[in-house]
Amino acid sequence: MREIRELLVNKIKELLDNGTVDRVIGWKAGEFCYDVTPAIFTKDDSFDDFLFNGFCGANQSKYLIEETKAPGRDEPEKGKILVLLKPCDSYSFNQLIKEHRIDREKVYALGVPSKGMLDVNKLRNMGINGILGIEEDGDMVKVKTLYGDKEVARKDLILDRCRCCKGSKHVAYDELLIPEAEEWEKDTTDRFAEVEKLEQMSAEERFDFWRSQLSKCIRCNACRNVCPACSCRTCVFDNANSGVAAKVNADDFEENMFHIIRAWHVAGRCTDCGECSRVCPQNIPLHLLNRKFIKDMNELYGDFQAGDDTETKGPLTAFTKTDAEPSIVYSRGGDK
Amino acid sequence: MQVEEKKEFTPLIVAFCCNWCSYAGADLAGSNRLNYPANVKIIRVPCSCRVNPLFILRAFQRGADGVIMCGCHPGDCHYTTGNYYARRRMTTLFSMLDYLGIEKERTRVEWVSAAEGVKFAATMKDFAETIQKLGENRKLRDLRCEK
Repeated sequence: MREIRELLVNKIKELLDNGTVDRVIGWKAGEFCYDVTPAIFTKDDSFDDFLFNGFCGANQSKYLIEETKAPGRDEPEKGKILVLLKPCDSYSFNQLIKEHRIDREKVYALGVPSKGMLDVNKLRNMGINGILGIEEDGDMVKVKTLYGDKEVARKDLILDRCRCCKGSKHVAYDELLIPEAEEWEKDTTDRFAEVEKLEQMSAEERFDFWRSQLSKCIRCNACRNVCPACSCRTCVFDNANSGVAAKVNADDFEENMFHIIRAWHVAGRCTDCGECSRVCPQNIPLHLLNRKFIKDMNELYGDFQAGDDTETKGPLTAFTKTDAEPSIVYSRGGDK
Repeated sequence: MQVEEKKEFTPLIVAFCCNWCSYAGADLAGSNRLNYPANVKIIRVPCSCRVNPLFILRAFQRGADGVIMCGCHPGDCHYTTGNYYARRRMTTLFSMLDYLGIEKERTRVEWVSAAEGVKFAATMKDFAETIQKLGENRKLRDLRCEK
């Protein structure tokens, strides 16, 4: 990872110096070494605190909406911005271009390689606490803690979403940092396995499952704010007249509603980047809602991957005359 | 000592009917003096495509026990293609509600043309009976909206 960081910083400096771009969205350490936060760097900034490691999971595509379409009219015209896209981020990037939310002309996309991002909760689940520093070294991760140093295999810390990796190929870029990046050794977990497991349950069990999960929701809106598909100028949940905007849940219904509506709003546009589940402070498996929609639409309307390109119509903005009738729902699923 | 009387449960059913086919179908059922349950509340929409999936959730929130959407038969849409879009939307929404453990019989889509007054009455009767058997909607209710 350290070599890639060096390579990346050199490339960024080169692009800043030759005037291709005038700023870059990079990553900076947060309060702890594992809560890496996206940050803007310009030519004058020192790149000492620029980070690139296994905790740079954040999908940067969404930041481009603000950066390339700044509404302030008095602002001086900004130059191009450099964005660092991991292969999975490039799907969201494409999807946002399709929806005309990003000005492609104002972006220079550099494809960076990814070998799966890391999940700090997995370290905690191993009983490793008091983390002071984390250093990736090939297949191993060295963890410095208050209670001494530990060494863990990198593959045991991979984020769940990366276990169903879409592959190491970028679907959109101007330049690749490492042109012939090799495929990493990933688990080939079927991404719909969990959804299928739920489908096999009875309706009551499913209801109880979702009740127990969704009742943990504290309406922090992190899932919405991080989601690259949730890019509406005004969100339906921010309606000041509703009396419930930006407030904690009043009852069960609202938790249910918030998540059903959110999943519905991104249906057909969700690239399955898994950011919602990654940022959820309550660890609600929100990606299972999105994946249900993806699974249904793949089965009923043909395979579709949002963000594969910038042209194809999504399944909910197209139709065929021979589509299944809604009554098909009664005959599908586990509980009949 | 007072004994509370147990009221018999009468379901509240919301029917979204498109202006051009199903609403006219309901009208025909009326003019033909066909009976259908009085607890079916019809909401007229310009096209089945107008039915935002959130309308359906909203109906449940406000106390509906069942929601049915009626539109022109596929191919007969007044706006040519509206009901094709509606069909995909409702299919995916119903599947999601089922996934969340909501009884799938509570939602239904039925295509009713302007000439099918008999079908309209029969559909509503059948749907009302189904919901009657299912009982009250408890899973998607909103306590704030209860009287």
